[in-house]
Amino acid sequence: MKVLLSWLREFAPDIDGDPEHLAEDLSDLGLAVEELSHIGQGLDGIVVAEVLATRPHPDADRIHLVDVDAGGGEAIQVCCGAFNMAVGDLVPLATVGTTMPGGMEIARRKMRGQWSSGMLCSGAEIGMGEDHQGILILDQGLSVGAPLTEALGICPDVLFDLEVNPNRPDAMSVMGVARDLAARLGVPFAVTAPQVEETGQPAAERAAVSIAAPDFCRRFGIRVLDNLPSGASPRWMANRLLAVGQRPINAVVDLSNYVMFELGQPNHTYDLDLVPGGELGVRMARPGEQLITLDGTARTLSTYDGVIVNRDDEAIGLAGVMGGASTEISADTRSVLLEAAWWDPMTIARTARRLGLRSEASARFERGADPEIIPMALDRFAELAAALGATTAPGRIDATGNRPEPITVRVRSQRVNSILGTDLGTDEMTGLLAPIGFACETGGDGQDFNVSIPSWRLDSATEIDVIEEVGRLHGYSNIKRTVPVTEQAGALTPHQQDRRRIRALLTGMGISEAMPLPFLAPGDLARAGLGDDGITVTNPLVAEESIMRTSLRPGLLKAVAYNAARRTTGVSLFEIGRINPGGGGDLPDEREHLAVILAGQESTAATTLWRRLARHLAVTNPGVVNGSVDGLHPGRSGQVLADGQPVGALGEIDPQVLDAYEIDERVAWLEVDLGALLAADRGLAPYRAPSRYPSSDIDLAFTVPDEVAADEVAATIAQAGGELLASVALFDVFRSEQLGEGRRSLAYALRFEASDRTLNDAEVAQARQSCIDAVTTTHNATLRSN
Amino acid sequence: MAEPEQLVVEAERQAGAAATLDELSAVRTAMTGKRSPLVAARKALGALEPDARKQAGQALNAAKAAIDGILSTREAELSAAARAERLAAERLDLTEVTEQPASGHLHVITQTWQELEDVFAGMGYRVAEGPEIESEWYNFGALNFPLGHPARDMYDTLYVDYGEPGSTLLRTHTSPVQARVMENQAPPVYVVAPGRCFRQDTADATHMPVFHQIEGLVVDRDTSLGDLAGTIEAFTAAYFGPGFTSRLRPSYFPFTEPSAEFDIQRPDGTWLELGGCGMVHPNVLEACGIDPERWQGFAFGFGIDRLALIRFGIDDLRELWTNDLRFLRQF
Repeated sequence: MKVLLSWLREFAPDIDGDPEHLAEDLSDLGLAVEELSHIGQGLDGIVVAEVLATRPHPDADRIHLVDVDAGGGEAIQVCCGAFNMAVGDLVPLATVGTTMPGGMEIARRKMRGQWSSGMLCSGAEIGMGEDHQGILILDQGLSVGAPLTEALGICPDVLFDLEVNPNRPDAMSVMGVARDLAARLGVPFAVTAPQVEETGQPAAERAAVSIAAPDFCRRFGIRVLDNLPSGASPRWMANRLLAVGQRPINAVVDLSNYVMFELGQPNHTYDLDLVPGGELGVRMARPGEQLITLDGTARTLSTYDGVIVNRDDEAIGLAGVMGGASTEISADTRSVLLEAAWWDPMTIARTARRLGLRSEASARFERGADPEIIPMALDRFAELAAALGATTAPGRIDATGNRPEPITVRVRSQRVNSILGTDLGTDEMTGLLAPIGFACETGGDGQDFNVSIPSWRLDSATEIDVIEEVGRLHGYSNIKRTVPVTEQAGALTPHQQDRRRIRALLTGMGISEAMPLPFLAPGDLARAGLGDDGITVTNPLVAEESIMRTSLRPGLLKAVAYNAARRTTGVSLFEIGRINPGGGGDLPDEREHLAVILAGQESTAATTLWRRLARHLAVTNPGVVNGSVDGLHPGRSGQVLADGQPVGALGEIDPQVLDAYEIDERVAWLEVDLGALLAADRGLAPYRAPSRYPSSDIDLAFTVPDEVAADEVAATIAQAGGELLASVALFDVFRSEQLGEGRRSLAYALRFEASDRTLNDAEVAQARQSCIDAVTTTHNATLRSN
Repeated sequence: MAEPEQLVVEAERQAGAAATLDELSAVRTAMTGKRSPLVAARKALGALEPDARKQAGQALNAAKAAIDGILSTREAELSAAARAERLAAERLDLTEVTEQPASGHLHVITQTWQELEDVFAGMGYRVAEGPEIESEWYNFGALNFPLGHPARDMYDTLYVDYGEPGSTLLRTHTSPVQARVMENQAPPVYVVAPGRCFRQDTADATHMPVFHQIEGLVVDRDTSLGDLAGTIEAFTAAYFGPGFTSRLRPSYFPFTEPSAEFDIQRPDGTWLELGGCGMVHPNVLEACGIDPERWQGFAFGFGIDRLALIRFGIDDLRELWTNDLRFLRQF
């Protein structure tokens, strides 16, 4: 929403001061100033020039040569990058020596060998509209050579571009912004009632309206005007509209827009001759009903859309959103039916959104226009039109549907102070509210008060709404800042702490944290060797973002491939992120996974990593069970167990999957369900003092069939070794022809010790023998050495 | 039999000739071992007259002491030489290293996220989390966005194919965690909720369909807008450092009233628009089973990603998601 300072001053003449400060005041009121610009300044030296001739530049395609007359009667050659002018057009010429609003100095210079003595200006370059592309073509009739400011009636002004929140319907008008700013500045704000001279046949005899949808159309006002001007609107009006970003069209359209910007009331004109009997009606559309709107598009309507109909019940307009083509005014229009109505905001929002027809008008209706401004908006239009020669039929038609009840809110001053953290007296509160039209009536005790909500603040309906207004006008920056004190000790949950410990462990191991997009493309899961059954996003912008992941694997594979394509191989990455495995209750199941990808490493690296992780987290009885896992190398994969329960998988990525990702190194993989892992039984074993007696170390090597896991042998040794076995660790593996196909040698280092004595040779020998017997009998193994 | 003096001379000669500790050891055996002339001479003492025995014995003892001295001196010399030789042989150029350090890096988002958690934990807050795929109710309904409310359009919501159409979505903000916390925890509540959020957005330098936010929620007896402003200010000082201040500007969010945007002012006077905040709307408290007449609260939220960009001087949001190791290992 753009507003001009000069326009604001028509409602509050005493608004004054440094525009930067006014901008801060507006922002502090919740009308954030996105841009502050000074317009109509720095235009000295720009004159009206007439195009005499255009011709190509001999050595350049993107610019051409334009001869203009700047009032001196002689041709001035200018090089110009825009081609939208014709001989005879009037254009703004920045003469040599001019300093443009942007600071650029115009000098006579050669462009590709051709002299350019000045610059033709676009609308944007001189603060008139937003067009950067073409040169601004001025209206005919201006005197050639006249300073542009004089010719166009441009005055220096300040333009505020405001961001208006959805809860501020009033601020969608110059009047509303002026009201707020005047209240903040403590200067008078006044609305002058438009003066309308009426003449001819009363409006009530020429037009009528019936409302068949009273919840949708709460009020419908009409004036009838004759002798409307068919040409352009006056320059001052066109200038203002241009400044606020509205292209002038013709007098009638411009009047309509001007009134909308000024008062916030959208309005619409019908060619009265095209509305039989001047009779209008309002109803909801029928399913599939057709209407050709002003833009010439045929619209198919639904029962959620409101329509204006003629006497024959034919739709002639899409209420509050866009008029119909059949009653559009034209150069021949002499009499119009002017509509200003109040429509249900939700209905307008839905229709505008569904049909993609959001406009300045629908934006205002959506927020909730002021139903009480309708008569004034009609009169303001008539007043402005009268200055252009139009006449106004006596009387207004004012039809009503179910008009919103005026709202009165009981406000407790103690509550106001409690919510805001202020110490305002009731009179201070009412003093802040009165200037923005919130009329307050103090009750008997002087504490609580009743507030009549103004009709232009349909967003406001409850005590908290009024409290917000008090706070806003008091100024958030004037509220004393305090910090609430809690007895609670701030802390992370154990899960959150563990997550951090895992991250520290992995980064300490040289593994970096990746963050792949959580979205997948169709087929990504299958490409990673996983079931292609992720939850789908129903309205993705691109197919690459249409599937939710069931595993972290596709994302990390993509990351490894991305790096490999940039000649970074051997990448180690991890991710902690959410996945949706399928299934669920009210919501889809969502699990937090940890995955580690080790490019250039074999599956055993994943096992080592898992053991380290499990040790770090004190997982009870962590394990690995060989077995195939989807998408992993069938002979190099397995399940990960925590306290006997599967919590994930590890191994090496299936070569076929690697091919699909164009990765040509081995890739070790670990993925665990972090929630399940951290919830598994964990904790350190009870403390035991280190033995003060020497230990006995022995090594045992067995020939063991391939299908027996090394871990199983170790577990057998651990069991057989009993109390005295302090540790067992695999330290050597080898295969040879002598050992034979399908068998390998596994060598374990065993340490025996007791906490209360030095073990004697017999004890150690017996324990050793128990271990040997257990392994050889349980696992079809033979002892290799002694 | 050699004279003891000759033995000493001989020992001196042999010890001097020994080039290694092993050779010296052989000399020691030869000169002082069981079969050495010295021992033989000592054995022969028994055959002498007492006077002569005494004299000869003293001479032998003196020779033995002298020989021991010679040997240990020589041993010390050889040890020192051996050590010097070994150390010289073991000399290394300490920069002659082929192994690259295994350096793992936390993602910049995680680093920023954890710093934020730590600041708020220091202020007494707990850290709450919620699902990323969320119900329409928690994302909108419980937060005072009635069905069809135009404010829902402020969020370009991505929906997922689950349950009734439109019932399940990718959360557009971390605010649903507010509602979940309030439903599950009796006040007072002091929590922050960092998390991943989603919007239907085309990826460019400043937008991503996925991003991260942190949400703060306080519900207590007399929690006020002044408390909110003070908390934002305390956070600003704690996170950004001295010289940074904050301001609140009125704004609009359906789930807070009064609502505000909050901006951070840098020491050089420029402003950074950081996030939104406000007093928890009474309708939201009620929807979560909390009596708004007995409890009041505030909430705030802001983006983590942009903070990470600013903190590390990154100029394109998309870099956060490439997982290019050349990016990751810089932080």
